[in-house]
Amino acid sequence: MAELKFTEDHEAIYVDGDVAWVGITAYAQEALGDLVFVELPEVGKQVAKGDEFAVVESVKTAAEVYSPVDGEVVEANDNMPDNLELIAKDLADGGWIAKIKMSDAGQLDGLMDAAAYKEFVEGLD
Amino acid sequence: MLRKTVIHQHHIDLGAKMGEFAGYDMPLYYGEGVIKEHEWVRSSCGLFDVSHMGQAMVKGEGALEFVQKLTPSSFEKLEIDRTKYTVLTNPEGGIIDDLMVTRTAEDGFHFVINAGCKDKDIAWMKENLPDSVEFTHFDDWALLALQGPEAENVMREALGFDCSDMPYMSMRAENDNSFFISRLGYTGEDGFELAVKNSEGPELAKKLLAHDAVKPIGLAARDSLRLEMGYALYGHEITSETSPVEANITWVISKSRSGYFGYERIHKDLSEGVERKLVGIKLTDKGVAREGAEIRSEADEVVGVLTSGGHSPTLKESIGMGYVQTDLATTGQKLFVNVRGRNIAAVVADLPFVPAKTKSMKKKAA
Repeated sequence: MAELKFTEDHEAIYVDGDVAWVGITAYAQEALGDLVFVELPEVGKQVAKGDEFAVVESVKTAAEVYSPVDGEVVEANDNMPDNLELIAKDLADGGWIAKIKMSDAGQLDGLMDAAAYKEFVEGLD
Repeated sequence: MLRKTVIHQHHIDLGAKMGEFAGYDMPLYYGEGVIKEHEWVRSSCGLFDVSHMGQAMVKGEGALEFVQKLTPSSFEKLEIDRTKYTVLTNPEGGIIDDLMVTRTAEDGFHFVINAGCKDKDIAWMKENLPDSVEFTHFDDWALLALQGPEAENVMREALGFDCSDMPYMSMRAENDNSFFISRLGYTGEDGFELAVKNSEGPELAKKLLAHDAVKPIGLAARDSLRLEMGYALYGHEITSETSPVEANITWVISKSRSGYFGYERIHKDLSEGVERKLVGIKLTDKGVAREGAEIRSEADEVVGVLTSGGHSPTLKESIGMGYVQTDLATTGQKLFVNVRGRNIAAVVADLPFVPAKTKSMKKKAA
């Protein structure tokens, strides 16, 4: 069964076998405010854990989205730049920005699950 | 420690997201977000707390000469109660600040200056003040801006002031000189700026917000509104280095006058031309370009820099302003704006990006 993981930089990850579907959390969306653009990564791009691989632009600022894992971008959500409301959806329901084929799924082990992330965010306010 | 306007607690109570601006803790936006606020001002009426701005006055024999020494504009024929936009120039022809100047008497002028500039502006004014002219800083006055197509109705319905006959760019005093109404603004909409004593600020804000057409608007939407109009923001489009000719506000310069600070350079810029010019920039490809982004030619050479940039809620496009080499400063010129190492296609665009709705008021006044 697929599970959700979260980073301290507010990326959300839906784990589908060896592919990580990466988006941003509701908390990040709330903090960014009105979104105006998403810059997608190129398919085939090799990314390392911590690399900036996409940018979400709001009225206020540009927020980098970091890859939570090493791997290769296998798909970018081409619908998203013209349908920014997609980002608010569940990852598996269109809210993903890109899919990354992981070279080491073990890197997910250090990330938070939903309960831990909820607690983390509550500690920020 | 950040400074607070007299309306500060009001913003907190309204749930504003606060942020620092020019040393003040100011509302950036309220609950509904920047785009909704922006659209509300364009369609109804927004209330902005601009009490952080400086209000000052000079009065006495020589006040006209004083104003004409500090600015390149002509005030000789300005009627009493009428307002002009102009700039304070430094001896090198750069800009110390931009400001609104209202003639209050033959020898009296009222100023509204930028929050971030007020200390240096006031020092500069006092340094150049003739003995016969008295300088007053209204540092215990609040300033509220009411902006949008419903503003005139709100003035009547919420405050009981009929402003229908008031020309754009004019001021009038009410309530025994304790309430000043100026018809002007920074959004491109019809609107008013209301000056009252600090003690009356919160009550005035409350009265205005009680009107159905009025919502509080933060500084973020104030910025996107002014950007759509191509209005300069001090520290961005205009600085101590930029001349008014470069900044494309040549219309503030009186061609028949000399003797003001910076005349030499400004006259030279006018007669010989300038190497760079402020233009509007519109992205033709997807993306958002912000202040500081390099502007590049079609041959990928750096030809300028963006001084402001962001999303236009009205056009739903990315817009900005920036300085480019003068030979490229023509409408329709294709350029690139470099964002995070990527060239985004852009074009030099006419300003304003969105037509001002204040023009008709000017005609009405004429």
